[in-house]
Amino acid sequence: MTEETKKEGTPSVGGADTESPSANMGRRDLLKALASLPVLGVFFAGWYRKKLEEDAKRAAIMAELGITEGAPAVIPEAISRPPGDRIRVGIIGYGGEGESLVRSAGFAHPEWVEEARAAAEENFRNRGFQTFMEQADLNIELTGVCDVFDVRAQRALDAAANKIGPTASRSTTTARRFLRYTEMLESPDVDAVIIATPDHWHAQMCIDAAAAGKHIYVEKAMTRTEEDTHRMYDAVKASEVVFQLGHQQRQTESHIKAKEVIAAGILGPINLVETTTNRNDPWGAWVWEIHEEGRPDTIDWEQFQGPTENRYPFSLERFFRWRCWYDYGTGLSGDLFSHEYDAINQILEMGIPSTAVASGGIYFFKDGRDVPDVWQAVLEYPDRDLTLVYSATLSNGRWRGRVFMGHDATMEVDNGLRITADGSSTRYEEKIEEGVIDTSRPMFTFQPGFTGVDAITSATAEYFASRGLLYTYRGGRLVNAYHLHLQEWLDVIRHGGETSCNIERGFEEAISCHMATRAYREGRQVTWDPVARRIV
Amino acid sequence: MNSAGNAARPRAADLGRFQLTAVVSLRMLIGWHFMYEGLAKITNPYWTSAGYLQESQGWFSEQFISLAASPGVLTAVDYLNQWGLLLIGLALLVGVFERVAAWAGILLLALYYLAAPPFPGLEYAIPAEGSYLIVNKLLIELAALLVVLGFPTAGRVGLQRILGKNRRIQAAEAEIAMEGGAP
Repeated sequence: MTEETKKEGTPSVGGADTESPSANMGRRDLLKALASLPVLGVFFAGWYRKKLEEDAKRAAIMAELGITEGAPAVIPEAISRPPGDRIRVGIIGYGGEGESLVRSAGFAHPEWVEEARAAAEENFRNRGFQTFMEQADLNIELTGVCDVFDVRAQRALDAAANKIGPTASRSTTTARRFLRYTEMLESPDVDAVIIATPDHWHAQMCIDAAAAGKHIYVEKAMTRTEEDTHRMYDAVKASEVVFQLGHQQRQTESHIKAKEVIAAGILGPINLVETTTNRNDPWGAWVWEIHEEGRPDTIDWEQFQGPTENRYPFSLERFFRWRCWYDYGTGLSGDLFSHEYDAINQILEMGIPSTAVASGGIYFFKDGRDVPDVWQAVLEYPDRDLTLVYSATLSNGRWRGRVFMGHDATMEVDNGLRITADGSSTRYEEKIEEGVIDTSRPMFTFQPGFTGVDAITSATAEYFASRGLLYTYRGGRLVNAYHLHLQEWLDVIRHGGETSCNIERGFEEAISCHMATRAYREGRQVTWDPVARRIV
Repeated sequence: MNSAGNAARPRAADLGRFQLTAVVSLRMLIGWHFMYEGLAKITNPYWTSAGYLQESQGWFSEQFISLAASPGVLTAVDYLNQWGLLLIGLALLVGVFERVAAWAGILLLALYYLAAPPFPGLEYAIPAEGSYLIVNKLLIELAALLVVLGFPTAGRVGLQRILGKNRRIQAAEAEIAMEGGAP
């Protein structure tokens, strides 16, 4: 007998018990041993009731919405198919974007590998290196390289030969540099091309590639002018090549989910969509680094100018910061509105607007550019009872989301999505009154990759990431969106099917952007003539 | 064995009714809290410690953040946390294995505290629900568990009382009692 029980057994402590010590002890022991059981009962009863209530609320909302909070029900089939035949790829234009694409295809420049490794060691939240190393092998070979700047062409060759990464076994020292892209298109060693040149070259290169039977992955914006758009559209349509426009956010899980939300009619009639660009750093305003080795003898200036109407003497600014001039691109319209437009077109499938107006100015970066740094465009879709408002600034980074405003609910879409019921909603009126739906917080959220942590370094990179432009998730894992978009393209080349950003979507993107660009440059409202298929 | 009354350090056996009630209440309330924290996490499919770990600051932030960086490790951390909380809570509530449970609880609370210490100069993205300077509720709960550890009560009010009939445990408890009794 322990001293405790001995003490418990004495009447002086135990109270006025009259039974014998041993019998008394047995019952008392049991009572005291099980003293907490009623508490445990209360605990579980309370928990169960609370859980039932919460589950019922949740179930009521989900039943009302007809959608789940899990990953999108339909992930493009392309993602899961194994890579078949090896495809030999050529890169045209190995600048910042070209390098990203080639890396996402599996070939990283050795310098990038070292930098990414160091960045990961310095900040373990930075998963760029890990994501690259875990990238799937796309079973391609980088056989051709074309860039008008010698330094970049050499970098591309070095990337092709790099032995680190998912395609290490296929690194090749036999990748060939072509001085002109037309020579690459004639080469029997290239099956498909990735075009990441400035916008003014896109149309001609795509037309020539289509004629040569080379599959095309081309960066956005698809074209620089409306005329280019028609010519390019016709050429690609007339060919057999697989075409993918580089709106990699087509792969973003939250966008695919948003499409489900729209299909389920959760927001009610949507009359206004507001989307934005908010950046505040020189890089984000295209004040890109001028390479120290950039000289007339290392840059083929004439070839760079190519199809532009206005000819200029050699200019490092124009070469390295081409987005600042309408001669080579369309500024905010083609660079960032194109992404926003395509994201919304992916979700709402609203196509080309009836009219567009735009305004803005060069208010902050007065560095000789001729494209605005603050710019807004308003596109009207009367057939859909819809207005799309785009507002962009390059001199303020305050977060403004991408918002779909319906009569019944509002949906914000970035790398995740949040839906909040509207206080005056007709559809949710009853549930709001019953207290099942709270209009002060989202009634539905979708946050992919919620069990992971990621960090992206610079301000512009964060901007891209938040817009779903850098990374997305598959099955909870962080994946590079470029990689998925390239994978889809290669998959369609091998197995047939349709790319998510095909020439039809590209045509809609290009025309919409050009309508906004022309509205701004001509200072008037422009209209789309759907019969003649012309901007008027 | 009859040294209970002469013990230099107070033990459960020495506690008066009020004192016993107070310590048992403390033990059971902490148990309840732990248990519900665990259960709430287990039944929420979206719960993860990633956010908490990722926001970590202070001396060990690097270690905490690195836990969150690897999906495999994070999954393990999440499971240990969820089930750890539930089991510790259950043990304290019903009064069994209270020493192990109290130590484990202290360890967990210390980890939570160190992951995001309310020290001057450290700013957190998600503000605390109260105002804290160095001392927060985690630290107080930790200290409360020290009290539970210092005044074992499971042998008097708790399942341990029945399990204590087992000879092996009885012998072990006697030993502990001896240690406690010898200053």
